[in-house]
Amino acid sequence: MIEARGVTKVFGLSDQKAAQRLADGAAGREALAADGGVLAVDDVSFTVETGELFVIMGLSGSGKSTLIRMVNRLIEPTSGTVLIDGDDVGKMSDKALRSLRNMRVNMVFQHFALFPHRSIRDNVAYGLKTRGEASRKRVEKANRALEQVGLGHRGDAFPDELSGGQQQRVGLARALATDADVLLMDEPFSALDPLIRRDMQNLLLALQGEFRKTILFVTHDLNEAMRIGDRIMVMKDGRSVQMGTGPEILADPATDYVREFVADVDRTRVITAATIMREPLVVATADESPRQALKKLEGVEASGLYVLDADQHVLGVAKDEALARAAGSGKDLKSVLVDDYESVTEDTPMVQFAHLSGNHPVPLGVLDAEGRLQGVVPRAAILAAISGDNGTEAGETSTEGGEKVTENA
Amino acid sequence: MPELPRIPVGKVIADVISWLTTHWSVFFDGISSILVAFGNAIYYVLSLPHPYVLTLIFAALALLVTRRPGLPIFTVIAFLLIDSMQLWDAMLNTLAIVVAAALIAIVIGIPLGIWAARSTSVSVTVRPVLDFMQTLPVFVYLLPAVFFFGIGIAPGIVATIVFAVPPAVRLTELGIRQVDREVVEAARAFGARPMQVLREVQLPLAMPTIMAGVNQVIMLALSMVVVAGLVGAPGLAQAVVASTQSLNVAGGFEGGIAVVILAVYLDRLTGGLGERRRRRGRKRRGRRAGQVPPEEAEVERENTRQPVAPVA
Repeated sequence: MIEARGVTKVFGLSDQKAAQRLADGAAGREALAADGGVLAVDDVSFTVETGELFVIMGLSGSGKSTLIRMVNRLIEPTSGTVLIDGDDVGKMSDKALRSLRNMRVNMVFQHFALFPHRSIRDNVAYGLKTRGEASRKRVEKANRALEQVGLGHRGDAFPDELSGGQQQRVGLARALATDADVLLMDEPFSALDPLIRRDMQNLLLALQGEFRKTILFVTHDLNEAMRIGDRIMVMKDGRSVQMGTGPEILADPATDYVREFVADVDRTRVITAATIMREPLVVATADESPRQALKKLEGVEASGLYVLDADQHVLGVAKDEALARAAGSGKDLKSVLVDDYESVTEDTPMVQFAHLSGNHPVPLGVLDAEGRLQGVVPRAAILAAISGDNGTEAGETSTEGGEKVTENA
Repeated sequence: MPELPRIPVGKVIADVISWLTTHWSVFFDGISSILVAFGNAIYYVLSLPHPYVLTLIFAALALLVTRRPGLPIFTVIAFLLIDSMQLWDAMLNTLAIVVAAALIAIVIGIPLGIWAARSTSVSVTVRPVLDFMQTLPVFVYLLPAVFFFGIGIAPGIVATIVFAVPPAVRLTELGIRQVDREVVEAARAFGARPMQVLREVQLPLAMPTIMAGVNQVIMLALSMVVVAGLVGAPGLAQAVVASTQSLNVAGGFEGGIAVVILAVYLDRLTGGLGERRRRRGRKRRGRRAGQVPPEEAEVERENTRQPVAPVA
């Protein structure tokens, strides 16, 4: 777990002077710039849970690279504390810090930062070597790490013989080889071609699925952040402007700055069924009579409804015509059920279900892993989410929009 | 307009030098005898093999470094020519002084360059001193060098060191500062000690530039050693000085040509050493070195050497 508390970095001024200025609030920050200081990171706090992939997103100059370097103290914070699994990094002796970097926190760099004069295997084994591990063990672990990133056969090559994507795989292997729990990744895929970048993201997600490291990932690419991040912190001018999951940020941008960013995101890949689903307006249970169900439908002017059992499992859909006939002939509700509906799981991205809606008498059903109905996604909610800047509306005015859809469905 | 008071700069310096000569003579005598012993030791080693054997050794070295036949062939012909001009022993003397001075200059210069690369304040302090050492006319400090170290090989070596140290410092600092910041960060991020970073990352990656500095040191030492002939340093310098003073054109040219031969040989040899390292270095430096390696541009600028200084 990484905890950052009020981390601040001022370049170009003595710590003492910087602290004086910072104590003066907004006026002090202006004076600080006049003194020739640069406030790179301004009072940022966040927590990365163990096993979480936490993304820091911001444009160049937003302070994200400085921030990530303060976690392993490559850059000394002006003020604030960083705790890694409860240990205060700022209070560590040189020796303790080296052992932290060596055993517990590793790093992947934007331009790979491989050692050009060492073989790939020696590059990967570098952390093990500084740690003083025996050479045979080093080779073994380095080879294993190389295999994990799909470069098991290139150990004897030199960095310049590899493509950019392969070089970053080596960078990743170097960080994996030491078995550190925490991984700091400073724009690791920014220097790669889009297709390679996607491959690398997939590789990272696959590795993360296997090893569950605590990852702090810096990027300027919101699509990347949305794709891989469990949670995202958006930074601007050294400050954290918003923190949340991708869909949360997309649905409810905290500032105009974030809103502008979010405008470029392919929302259909980020927004999941869970984000835009809502309570169904009407459902029936199996023990209700067709007449009762019909009555419910009348109230919302819809043409069908989900019929559930006592545990919220979907038994089927009852259409209004069938209900009317059953009510006339005295049959029970179960006899009129049909399978005329589509359902998705909560974490399905919109791109995979947008086309399914609108063809059935009931809105798209959202089920959990046990097949229980969690909510529904009416077509209007999908359209509203796609249309972009009113992402907020899609979330907040759901009831209103929902009724209309159900009427037409 | 009131006249500025005359500040006795020269007199102050002269007084300091005179004071040092009187009170520190033991110290300077000690240094002097160490330098003489060092120079003589190198000369002794060089004079052990027969001239033909040494010529072959030089040629073999050339072949080893350049891996091409050009320099070895040149070496054999040119050094035999020196022998035939009966300047062999003078050449050995000169070579011994050059090697001694260059070694000392490197031993002083490279650590200083490393220090300057690691500390901006050191770098800022050292730079004007280096400028001073490089631009102060040689004869100005040749004279006090004689006061301190007497006539002969010692003042020659000292004056040569003063002149040859700057490129070693400058190019070492430049080479280390040029090493990719992210690569240095990577070493630190994996728990390397500062000395480990220096030894395992910075020095190997700076080596091509440092070798260019070594080449410069040797060339400057050679150009200086001829001037040192004026204060009684033995060798080709003396042959040249004596000839020019007695208007002996033939003797002057013969000595001069021998100096040129030595210069060309040493330059190609150490240059080849740097070139090989640089080629390897650049190749290994990977994709980031898309632009012209800045050390090369810088080396051009530093390249103010005169392989053979015109002797006054």
